[in-house]
Amino acid sequence: MSGERNLIEIQHLQQYFPAGGRGQKRRWVQAVDDVSFFIRKGETLGLVGESGCGKTTVGRTMLRLYEPTDGRILYDGEVIYDSGRCPLQNADGSPVLDENGSPKCGVKTAVDMLPFRRKMQIVFQDPYASLDPRMTIGDIVGESIDIHKLCSSKQERRERIISLLERVGLNSEHANRYPHEFSGGQRQRVGIARALAVRPEFIVCDEPVSALDVSIQAQVVNMFEDLQREMGLTYLFIAHDLSVVKHISNRIGVMYLGKLVELADSFELIAHSVHPYTRSLISAIPVADPQVARASKRIPLQGDVPSPLNPPSGCRFRTRCPYADEQCAAEVPVFREIGPGHWAACHHLDRVEGEMTPLLPVTMG
Amino acid sequence: MEHTQNTPELEKLPLGPDDFSPATASEKESLVIMRESVNFWADGLRRLRKNKIAMVSLFFILLIVIFAYILPSFWPYTYDQQIKYSENLSAFEYGKTELQRIEAGESVFPHICGTDKLGRDFAVRLMMATRVSLTVGIICSICVLVIGATYGAVAGFTGGLVDDIMMRFTDILYTIPDILLIILLSITLKPRIISLAETPGFEWMQKVGANLIAMFIVFALLYWVGMARITRSQVLVLKESEYVTAARALGAGSGRIIRKHLLTNCIGTLIVTTTLQIPAAIFTESYLSFLGLGVSAPMPSLGSLATDAVKGMNTYPHLLLLPAILISVTILVFNLFGDGLRDAFDPKLKN
Repeated sequence: MSGERNLIEIQHLQQYFPAGGRGQKRRWVQAVDDVSFFIRKGETLGLVGESGCGKTTVGRTMLRLYEPTDGRILYDGEVIYDSGRCPLQNADGSPVLDENGSPKCGVKTAVDMLPFRRKMQIVFQDPYASLDPRMTIGDIVGESIDIHKLCSSKQERRERIISLLERVGLNSEHANRYPHEFSGGQRQRVGIARALAVRPEFIVCDEPVSALDVSIQAQVVNMFEDLQREMGLTYLFIAHDLSVVKHISNRIGVMYLGKLVELADSFELIAHSVHPYTRSLISAIPVADPQVARASKRIPLQGDVPSPLNPPSGCRFRTRCPYADEQCAAEVPVFREIGPGHWAACHHLDRVEGEMTPLLPVTMG
Repeated sequence: MEHTQNTPELEKLPLGPDDFSPATASEKESLVIMRESVNFWADGLRRLRKNKIAMVSLFFILLIVIFAYILPSFWPYTYDQQIKYSENLSAFEYGKTELQRIEAGESVFPHICGTDKLGRDFAVRLMMATRVSLTVGIICSICVLVIGATYGAVAGFTGGLVDDIMMRFTDILYTIPDILLIILLSITLKPRIISLAETPGFEWMQKVGANLIAMFIVFALLYWVGMARITRSQVLVLKESEYVTAARALGAGSGRIIRKHLLTNCIGTLIVTTTLQIPAAIFTESYLSFLGLGVSAPMPSLGSLATDAVKGMNTYPHLLLLPAILISVTILVFNLFGDGLRDAFDPKLKN
């Protein structure tokens, strides 16, 4: 299913939003800080984390709906954004050095996104807010066809819209209706049809099922899987529900307060997580079997997520981590590969590993 | 008991295995009931029609429009026609010469509202005054709409420093006392407009009057501030909405986003605010005319009619009462209709 080629890659992506103040006193919400990962063609990368950890910002910044404050974005080997301040990397991840032996930065680049808008699309979380209430469903789905002039005649446009609607389980009658005449699940289908209209290769699914009720969630998730099989799509699937993400994803990344803390194969992450935050998250997944549920140990976290305006020094998780010590406050842990395809950012992996009570086997969906 | 009685009847029912086979696509199609698709305008109009107060107001507005724009064409008198010996008549009274004409067998159209001190038919003067007031109200509102909406949309859409500077500028404009500015502008503009009116192509200015043009200019300069603020706040909300983000993700440029998403979504608010601007403009025009800064004689406006009548208030109270009532009714029905429009097209603004 997953090829070897990286379809999209982000390196040291940083997204700060201004939050009042001027000059020296300017404050920034550190929504995303130094996040790097890649997605192979045809695979699904799940991104989980609690509310406000920057998952959505990563997804939108990758599409350059927000202009990144630092970092590099590559699509299919082509640089679509480079701040000019972050070091170039070799294929193995080591920094490219210049003649003096210091790390070499890329050239500041910000390409015109219009051609890439046809390849990268997004499905939004809230199906009520993401459809223009004054446009018919047909016009909403057909908007990208108009923008990119994909159809030469009105007839062709109409046929294409209807085939898209039928593809997502709606019918031609719906094309002349307005969003308020639809249920949440139907609206989300319209949102998916809109994203598919340009025949994209990569779709950011930004919590596409969070606003739907559970029975509809399953339908929509299955539809995403069918579409992926038929059209060879690549997904970044953002959610805060680990059980949905582990069902659909090949690999899963876990974010905490703007940082990627762990990234691994789905099964590997669920069964052999190494980061204390990931383990706490996984222990919170409800288990359907009461015997197993009673035997497994919950790892509750103390306190609240600190403010991204003023995140803790060093490791951002240290204020809530049972293993935290002086080193965690002083140094930012490096996000490094600790096993084949398994990355994590923690100073005390050995200690966490040592104390690990093997999690009970989790059945993969 | 009943169950056993029913059983033989059930067996008699003409049911076979065929009746339980799945429905075909065409059979399913016939069962689908499609509700008429309602768009924004149809929905708003339906709500407006249900609003009794708004509909009564609309009826009165239509009456006033007919009264002001159509009736004067059929009236046997004109607003500046002075009839000798018919000065200061009360309603349905005839002057000396007119009585002679009636005796001679001519039919003379009665002065329904009497005449003023120069012997002009007051009914037609009221109509013309209403026409002037309505025209001022509508033209000023359109000026306000065009300038305010454009300014507010640009400020809101651009955002950042541009927005800050533009909105501070409107704050400054807001602090300028408008009456003072209107008086000053009227005085300074008047000679210029009069000289401009003499150049070919601008003769119409003579007719409209320097004061009225000064008033249009002042309205265009000052009163768009409220409209600009409303439009800006709408655009600020709308441009952060997810469907605008979605449009950008599809590759839509700023022009397309403004045309297809922002304008269509705030047009309801714009219409409502413009409608509510009309009575405000009529009101301003009336009190300026009352102060003597409005239209120039012999063109009447409701405010100037009231001023003229003040001197003879005790003897001829109807000359003051009629324009006063017309001003009140016009402003009231436009406000009520505007409220109805707001409830119908922009329910969010209600609070």
